[in-house]
Amino acid sequence: MTTGQVSLQAAAMEKVREARYAQRKLVNRVALTLALTAMAFGLFWLTWILYETIRLGVGGLTMATLTEMTPAPGDAGGLANAIYGSFVMVTLATFVATPIGVMAGIYLAEFDTQGWLATTTRFVNDILLSAPSIVIGLFVYAVVVTRFKSFSGYAGVAALAIIVIPVVIRTTESMLQLIPAGLREAAYALGAPKWKVILSITLRAARAGVVTGILLAVARVAGETAPLLFTALSNQFWTSNLSQPMASLPVTIFKFAMSPYENWQKLAWAGVFIITLAVLGLNILARVLTRTKI
Amino acid sequence: MSTTLPANQGPFEKPDKFLGRVMTNPSPLKTARSGPMADRIFGWLAKGSAYFTLIMLIGILVSLTISAWPAIDKYGLGFLVSTTWDPVKEEFGGLVMIYGTLMTSFIALLIAVPVSFGIAIFLTELAPAWLKRPLGTAIELLAAIPSIVYGMWGLLVFGPVLSTYVQQPLQSLFSDVPYLGALVSGPPVGIGILSAGIILAIMIIPFIAAVMRDVFEVTPTLLKESAYGLGATTWEVVSTVVLPYTKAGVIGGIMLGLGRAIGETMAITFVIGNFNQLDSLSLFQAANSITSALANEFAEAAEGLHQASLMYLGLVLFFITFVVLTLSKILLAQLKKKEGAKS
Repeated sequence: MTTGQVSLQAAAMEKVREARYAQRKLVNRVALTLALTAMAFGLFWLTWILYETIRLGVGGLTMATLTEMTPAPGDAGGLANAIYGSFVMVTLATFVATPIGVMAGIYLAEFDTQGWLATTTRFVNDILLSAPSIVIGLFVYAVVVTRFKSFSGYAGVAALAIIVIPVVIRTTESMLQLIPAGLREAAYALGAPKWKVILSITLRAARAGVVTGILLAVARVAGETAPLLFTALSNQFWTSNLSQPMASLPVTIFKFAMSPYENWQKLAWAGVFIITLAVLGLNILARVLTRTKI
Repeated sequence: MSTTLPANQGPFEKPDKFLGRVMTNPSPLKTARSGPMADRIFGWLAKGSAYFTLIMLIGILVSLTISAWPAIDKYGLGFLVSTTWDPVKEEFGGLVMIYGTLMTSFIALLIAVPVSFGIAIFLTELAPAWLKRPLGTAIELLAAIPSIVYGMWGLLVFGPVLSTYVQQPLQSLFSDVPYLGALVSGPPVGIGILSAGIILAIMIIPFIAAVMRDVFEVTPTLLKESAYGLGATTWEVVSTVVLPYTKAGVIGGIMLGLGRAIGETMAITFVIGNFNQLDSLSLFQAANSITSALANEFAEAAEGLHQASLMYLGLVLFFITFVVLTLSKILLAQLKKKEGAKS
């Protein structure tokens, strides 16, 4: 063994190490490029969908879309009754569901955080949160529609409310948990009873977050079609009577888009544009609200 | 609520009215009485709302089972493996729909998991700080788009594109190859299992990516920095430190996405073709899923066995999502426990 041989060996090893290092760097670069591609892939779909919605939606949008009733195939018309129906049902559902959701959220955050009821409620709430919305529609059909023997706006409201409640519970609970305990203790120390502490201290401090949750829930149900298909059904005419079948924007879009008539399809695109605008607007508003607060 | 109001007002108007006297001479009797009373009512309301959610879940299970009973009684579990769905002869079996649901969800996961993983890596390790928020929001907006928009876009925009640029070239390429040819056969309209799967994938990417991003951020910085200190590359840190640490959470996130995919209705109803037959393995053949069968047939179904069978399908769907979500919850809870032990 001469020194020459040793240095030769070292040189060979150095080479192996360098090759290995180059390979690791290459793998890294490939992986990160793929990550970048994945990001671009996601953004690509978002852009494509939004682009087509705007392109085809604006084309079908006229003043008549907002003021006239849904037409028969081949006639001119608009979506006024569908928009009105959606608005009424979503608003009512929100008003019914918000108190229940907020109260249940308060229970989980302020009354019972560890007990069996809280644990079970949290679990059940997560199940309801991700339950297929069409199953909620089936439930309301079985409970409300078969009982009253008619599809109705009320049934639609019930189905939408059941979808809103878990969203509100979840956000109320997590927002209330963010409120520091010191705030509560200070209020208790001043002699305030529990309900007062909750309503005017913790809930008020968490109000931006709770409102965000409600807005997100509204955004979600505004686009819901499946639970309305066999609860509110649809209606070709204007009705403000909630005990009758009621048109809604998503169900009308569904009906029109699947039809072979060109004017219906055009109206469906206009409807898709309106609904996307409303839902994305609500989402962005909700985000802005939380950002300024935190 | 209205019952609490009168009781509520007592103690809280007083400080304004009797400010001076209350300070020196409080009336403990009154506050002591109305306080607990209002508290108790408020507590009942809160507790009642919590019970309400439990009752809702039980109500869903019970009412679906009762409505589905004629079909359960007649077919039993054989319903799940029978492919006949014939409303005219009143014979029903759910395999075609169950296959459609599982197959489309499987394709969706196949696409969505690697893409979401890439997006999560990009958002946690690669993106500059000022880009993280806008890009994250953009991906989350994908989840905000209503499913009916996906459906209409899928049917009228994406379907034709898929057919012209993917299906037809594949068909001419594989027309003579025995198995691959069968896989891509079918009318070139861009409707079927594959397009439903792709659209589902786009819809669940934001859910999986959001969970992955969140759990990746849970990994202790110390662990990551130690690995970087030893000379690991970014990819090595992600694959050998972050991923093993967050394994349970990542799988939980995938399950969450799977639950979404299984329950998705409108987007699938538009593009799957609603065809109750299972006679070819083609990815481009029109098929059916549980959700789209419900959406299309339920409102017109005759009361009786047809409706009961659809209810049975709904129950099966609820059961599948229930199991998937429970698994996802358990896995995510495991990660949380680990996080708790650490800090």
